[in-house]
Amino acid sequence: MGINIKDGFFSDETFREDFTYKNSPQAIKRFPFPFDRDDYMYAVNLEPHTKGREGSVFEFAFDVDEHYVSEMRDRAMVLSEDPLRCQSLPHMTLAGWDLLELIMVSKARDYPKWFSLTKDGNQWHWINRPMGIDQKFTFLDETTLPYGPMEYITRQTQGDFSLQDERDGNLWMDAGMITSQADWSLDFDIGMNFMEWHAPVPLAHEKGIFDRALKYLLNLRLGAPVRRYNWTMTIDPLLDTAPETYPIWGPTRATLEKGNVGERMNLRVEVQALFRLPRSNAIAFSIRCYLVRFEDLVTVPKWGRRLHRVIKELHPDLAVYKGFLRNRPLMVEYLAQFDDGAPTSPGCWPDE
Amino acid sequence: MIGDTKIKVRVTDAVTINPLIKQFRFVSCDGSDLPAFSSGAHIFVEMEDNGTRRLNQYSLMSTPEDLSCYTISVRRDDVGRGGSVFMHNSVKPGMEMVISHPINFFPLDVRARKHLFVAGGIGITPFIAHMAQLLGQDHKFELHYSARSHGLGAYVDHLKDIYGSKVHCYFDDKNQKINLENLLRGQAIGTHVYVCGPKPMISWVRQTAEQCGWPDQAVHYEEFLAPPTGKPFVVELARSKKIFTVSTNQSLLEAIEAAGVDAPYLCRGGACGQCITNVVSCDGEIEHNDHWFEPDEHNEFGTIMPCVSRFCGKSLVLDR
Repeated sequence: MGINIKDGFFSDETFREDFTYKNSPQAIKRFPFPFDRDDYMYAVNLEPHTKGREGSVFEFAFDVDEHYVSEMRDRAMVLSEDPLRCQSLPHMTLAGWDLLELIMVSKARDYPKWFSLTKDGNQWHWINRPMGIDQKFTFLDETTLPYGPMEYITRQTQGDFSLQDERDGNLWMDAGMITSQADWSLDFDIGMNFMEWHAPVPLAHEKGIFDRALKYLLNLRLGAPVRRYNWTMTIDPLLDTAPETYPIWGPTRATLEKGNVGERMNLRVEVQALFRLPRSNAIAFSIRCYLVRFEDLVTVPKWGRRLHRVIKELHPDLAVYKGFLRNRPLMVEYLAQFDDGAPTSPGCWPDE
Repeated sequence: MIGDTKIKVRVTDAVTINPLIKQFRFVSCDGSDLPAFSSGAHIFVEMEDNGTRRLNQYSLMSTPEDLSCYTISVRRDDVGRGGSVFMHNSVKPGMEMVISHPINFFPLDVRARKHLFVAGGIGITPFIAHMAQLLGQDHKFELHYSARSHGLGAYVDHLKDIYGSKVHCYFDDKNQKINLENLLRGQAIGTHVYVCGPKPMISWVRQTAEQCGWPDQAVHYEEFLAPPTGKPFVVELARSKKIFTVSTNQSLLEAIEAAGVDAPYLCRGGACGQCITNVVSCDGEIEHNDHWFEPDEHNEFGTIMPCVSRFCGKSLVLDR
């Protein structure tokens, strides 16, 4: 893989060991801060995944940012260590082609400087300039690509993906590329249905959230994708917080100290989008992870104030589930410095 | 295309297939490819029928791989609400229409070892797309298609030409009938059965499959209710502060839309639950025509599905 970092836009950085990952001031400003008010509880917070504010992470269906090339390098490393992070059951190949087409068409349209797709019937020509890829292949013919269609395109696309087959009034996680996950395992969940893979989530079942969410998703329409946020906390900008590697990253939770909270604690936000796929009738679920260090996040005053209030008041069950109950006092103490008690404006965006 | 679920199309052909059925072919107005679809999907076709905006759903019967056009077949129903008669009498080649993106409530389960298709009359259309999708793949399938007569059995000869011995036809006027129990008992484990046709046929297949010990997950059916006609009634929308009359040939949902109120919907056939609306007060009887809720669930929730359900009585107020 001939990676082109010379473009000047893409960072050369790491998500492991020395953790040189860093958000530029522009990246901080466009960070998808998930809290639109000063408190947080689960809700079915789905909204149309339509073209959003220019320059924001919602401008296009698949956001490509300064971390793209390095994230893809990190994904390749994860896969070489554990190939089971990418799996597709035999009946999901067509859904993989659907996903490949959706991503290639979107990226070539939205980022013509970096991506190009030329079609002559089923003879396709794909160019990915940032990653130095030039591929001619036959659409729907697996033998013409170096990987299966889902793996091929998700090795070139930021964010995790799961492909869900729809049958028996349920959704089944029957394929996926999962290397930047917040502590869940594709190898464990593959083949499970919507209720099964959500079983560990606290509180939301009692609120009937999953029943309503499933009903809503079964009605997801072609051409009308939706999105939602999820969030958690991660020590150091580690994309691959997998159960399989917990022995490596889990113990770092015990290394947070008063002096390093701002540098080491990251707000981890997932922008999750759901797309109905045309040929397979499956649903693609993209889980795009954005990481920001606390010390960078608090450079936006509204976000510093609000994050302090949200974390301080969060239901303890959620703090346990998200894995930061033990560190909450340190986090609240750090964030308190940036909360002068002033009111915050409604909505997620920074004040101009 | 994100967020845009409607497509402008032009009618290129309106062909009489037999005395009851006409076939329509659509291409996109701007000449681009239409969205790919999965076999079993349907589209909504919007019609402006004498001041009533109708959205009727029709299964796509074109080949899913062919993105240059969509084709549908419409069976004329002279005692229905008028949508099919409008399609037959008023839709001509060259006309521009608006359709929805494809929606699929009747997909294949591609894990099946074999697909067994049972069609009645116009219920043949989704299977034409299913078989086109399976052709050339390593899937086993067979079709059992019953119609009133050979003359009214749309596409019988065409399907026999392509699929040969996979196609089995049964004609009422020759007293031919599917030996269903025999057929179902003779299938290997892992076979899935799909039925589309008149309501009694769907019930017959589902019940026989159950009696033969088939698992529910291996029995698929598509049942769309056309909204029934009925006596006119008055409805009040509490939030929108509107009162209006739902006419005989109009559904409650169509009347809500005609009043300029944006209401959610998806199947418009009482099957998906998307349009469920809370009832604020009701002095009279709601005629629940949906098959989303169990009959006793409606009383508990105080809800109505305006796509197919009607009302008879003094007053009905909805939370919309």
